[in-house]
Amino acid sequence: MSSNATATVVRTGSGARFVIYTLLALFSLFYLLPLYVMVVNSLKPLSEIQAGGMMALPNEWTFAPWSTAWSTAQIGVEATGLRPFFWNSIIMVVPAVAISTVLGALNGYVLTKWRFRGDTIIFGLLLFGCFIPFQMVLIPMARMLGIVGLAGTVPGLVFVHLVYGIGFSTLYFRNYYQQFPTELVRAAMIDGAGFFTIFRRIMLPSSGPIAVVCIIWQFTNIWNDFLFGASFSDFDSQPMTVALNNLVQSSTGVKEYNVHFAGAIMAALPTLFVYIVAGRYFVRGLMAGSVKG
Amino acid sequence: MRGYFGKKTATAMALMATTSMAYANDVEVLHWWTSGGEAAALNVLKDDLAGQNIGWQDMPVAGGGGTQAMTVLRARVTSGNPPTAVQMLGFDITDWAMEGALADLNGVASDGGWAEVVPAALQQFAVYEDQWVSVPVNVHSTNWVWANKAIMDELGLSEPQTWDEFVAAMQAAQDAGYVGLAHGGQPWQDATIFDGVAMGVGGPEFYQSAFVDLDEDALGSDTMKEAFDRMGVLRGFVDDNFSGRDWNLASAMVINQEAAFQVMGDWAKGEFLNAGKVPGEDFLCFRLPGSQDQVTFNSDQFAMFSQGDAVSAEQAALAEAILSPSFQIAFNKVKGSVPARTDLDASDLDACGQRAYEEFRAAAASGNLYGSMAHGHANPAAVKNAMYDVITAHFNGEFDSATAVEELVTAVDIAK
Amino acid sequence: MSQVAQNRRRKDWLREALPKIVLSPSLAMVLVFVYGFIFFTFYLSFTDSRILPSYGLVGWENYSKLFRIRAWDTAVTNLLIFGSLYIVICCALGLTLAILLDQKIRAEGFIRTIYLYPMALSFIVTGTAWKWFLDPGIGLQAVVRGWGWESFTFDWIKDGDMAIYTIVIAAVWQTSGFVMAMFLAGLRGIDNEVLKAAQIDGASNFALYRRIVIPQLRPAFMSAFVVLSHMAIKSYDLVIALTGGGPGTATELPATFMYSYTFTRNQMGIGAASATIMLMAIAAIMVPYIYSELREKK
Repeated sequence: MSSNATATVVRTGSGARFVIYTLLALFSLFYLLPLYVMVVNSLKPLSEIQAGGMMALPNEWTFAPWSTAWSTAQIGVEATGLRPFFWNSIIMVVPAVAISTVLGALNGYVLTKWRFRGDTIIFGLLLFGCFIPFQMVLIPMARMLGIVGLAGTVPGLVFVHLVYGIGFSTLYFRNYYQQFPTELVRAAMIDGAGFFTIFRRIMLPSSGPIAVVCIIWQFTNIWNDFLFGASFSDFDSQPMTVALNNLVQSSTGVKEYNVHFAGAIMAALPTLFVYIVAGRYFVRGLMAGSVKG
Repeated sequence: MRGYFGKKTATAMALMATTSMAYANDVEVLHWWTSGGEAAALNVLKDDLAGQNIGWQDMPVAGGGGTQAMTVLRARVTSGNPPTAVQMLGFDITDWAMEGALADLNGVASDGGWAEVVPAALQQFAVYEDQWVSVPVNVHSTNWVWANKAIMDELGLSEPQTWDEFVAAMQAAQDAGYVGLAHGGQPWQDATIFDGVAMGVGGPEFYQSAFVDLDEDALGSDTMKEAFDRMGVLRGFVDDNFSGRDWNLASAMVINQEAAFQVMGDWAKGEFLNAGKVPGEDFLCFRLPGSQDQVTFNSDQFAMFSQGDAVSAEQAALAEAILSPSFQIAFNKVKGSVPARTDLDASDLDACGQRAYEEFRAAAASGNLYGSMAHGHANPAAVKNAMYDVITAHFNGEFDSATAVEELVTAVDIAK
Repeated sequence: MSQVAQNRRRKDWLREALPKIVLSPSLAMVLVFVYGFIFFTFYLSFTDSRILPSYGLVGWENYSKLFRIRAWDTAVTNLLIFGSLYIVICCALGLTLAILLDQKIRAEGFIRTIYLYPMALSFIVTGTAWKWFLDPGIGLQAVVRGWGWESFTFDWIKDGDMAIYTIVIAAVWQTSGFVMAMFLAGLRGIDNEVLKAAQIDGASNFALYRRIVIPQLRPAFMSAFVVLSHMAIKSYDLVIALTGGGPGTATELPATFMYSYTFTRNQMGIGAASATIMLMAIAAIMVPYIYSELREKK
């Protein structure tokens, strides 16, 4: 861990430590079990799955389901696999995450360092927006997108994710910047630094941890979204989750569970990657930000 | 009131749609056929259009037997960007036609002589106020029983002709250690059985007045109670692990000789064929006893969304290709259903398919072709789902038959 | 007035207004796309909308219909059961794990990632795995019986009275790691000097946590509560993937109810009525919370 975040000084005896490690291991099992089921079954031929034995290791190891899911599985009329949809998701997720993070940072900065009358109410309004059920906004949103001519486009999809992501990203940055010494900002102001200069020179350099939290949160939510992706995309911009859904939910025909699991893991790889790479900064970011009052 | 505003908005949307049509010569098709066989069958259509220089833009959205796709459609139409053609079922077509959103296909229809070859029961959905608005692709029938022949032979059973014989056969199978009835506990599956059972108990007049006319007396009648009682009997032959099971896993139980029978639409045949089973030798297909003379159907159709005033050339070409004899046979061979026109030679279909096509034609000729309640061809979505709620709750033992009848009347009343 | 003074005034004005200008796009988006749509839904709940929005007013009819639908009762009751269990268990489990993990554990980063990863997966992905696992025919029950414990029974997902608890299990699996991370962060923020002092005074470990540590985690509890209640209210994928609302309507939640009436059943008016009630309930819980949070921080 980082230097400013240290484990407790509470001391524990060796017996207690044994219990602790056992408990931690047991919980690890609980968390890993579904992943185990998915991985194991994605490496079996279909006949082995149909024969039963969900937990058993494959008798015959095969990577065929993986290559099928990636490049030859039936998604629509053409057997394209998930490959083409990967890119669709990327070009949607990256701008949506980037813009909502930057906007969240700016909002947080204003709400804590440039306060004005009524700013708390504005923040309250933004925050309550996090709780709106998405199913409800589908039809009016479609109408709005149609009016501004963004229906069925990637920018339209990015916009929708931006609108409904802004509440949480503002929340994260606001709580983080609240801990940031206002004196530093004051001093810079007296030195004549402007709004954006202070943001760029003083706030941004120390925003790493909370940016990680925000990016992880937004990336996960947007990458995994199905409802907006299905409703506001076009034939050439359907994201990964819609393709995965088409693969898994095909109405008739033999369900190729091994291919489904392989595709499912594949679709989750980018988010898993983000968690593993950025995970070490995650607790630090949370610590500095959202959990401190 | 509703119609007026609906039409107005829909027209506005359609006008907007014309401006956003970037590719004049392509059709964008929203559908939920994403499994290998279905997609292969659609490819026939795609190639056909490619021969006429019309591109195919694929917009598949699977899930929930099309409900997911219908949600997407709602968003697409509201945003003024509707797909060119959309796969639809039963009353969804009527609902969209009512909004004035569908294109007029009368020109293609009269050129193709559709009125003569498409049965009246199908035209009820494909034609709205004297205007063809959609093209039927296939006809599935839902009152089928799939039986494991090895089990029947072992127990010395022959094809049951009456309800009592069917019950006796399931009893015999259960006594011999098999599951009597393979079934998946999902609302639409429960309702699929209920279709055939209600038809068997009350006959076509009852079916018509209860499910189509939604007559309160029929819904609350003793006949309806009898139908629920029979559902209770069937429940006794289903294993305890049925809840939430997908229909194809229930089929697998029959295929793997764990269960004797399954009541399911003819799409189940694909599962048997895929497992290398031969109709007539390894498995049998017959109508649910009691409803032999009737066919309860559902039909996938493609509705064309209005792109302005006249139907576009691409839409006309697509519509024509869908009802062409070659596509009808090629597609339905793969899908397990039968062609939507009654004038074809069915010798290319397998034994079950030929039997189904014969029965479909006979039922169409004698007026015994009824829309399936379970698949949205007897009443609109709101009523259908309200019926699902009651049927499923009863099947899961949440209340007895008498209460179920009362609940049915209330639920339909709320949904109407 | 001199040029210089005018420039300065313009600059001052800009300085005053710039923060508000920066904030205004977000505010505008939220006003239109959240509050505007809430108002729109509220309005729809009084109309005869079915397949698409329509504007014939019908008064309270949708609400009176809504309260006659049995599944709505079930959905509301389920949300109460699910929401409270989910939030309580996630917090308890998250706190326990965080405390355990805070004891200078080797490979902490690795274990943390294991606890955290379920958050990365959507339920379209893990739903099937969970469904299998909970299915008595092929899942846990079958496996344990295979080990020789013949009477072992775990068939909650098939049991209308118990199925909602399987949803809780899967939901806890997904988010408790995230809550753990929040608490862990909270624990790391506590001043160790205070703990040392208390230790010297002879306080037991249990007392240390109960008296000193946990009270200091209040902000972490608050954040966890916001995130968890947000998830509980929006739980939709989870139910669809695991049970589809079944057996029967036993695991229907308001979110699935609303979706099904608005989109599957073409009764948009009733769907809007249920959404309105849901929003009012959310507001009843969240507004006092947000208010108290923001007041304290002033």
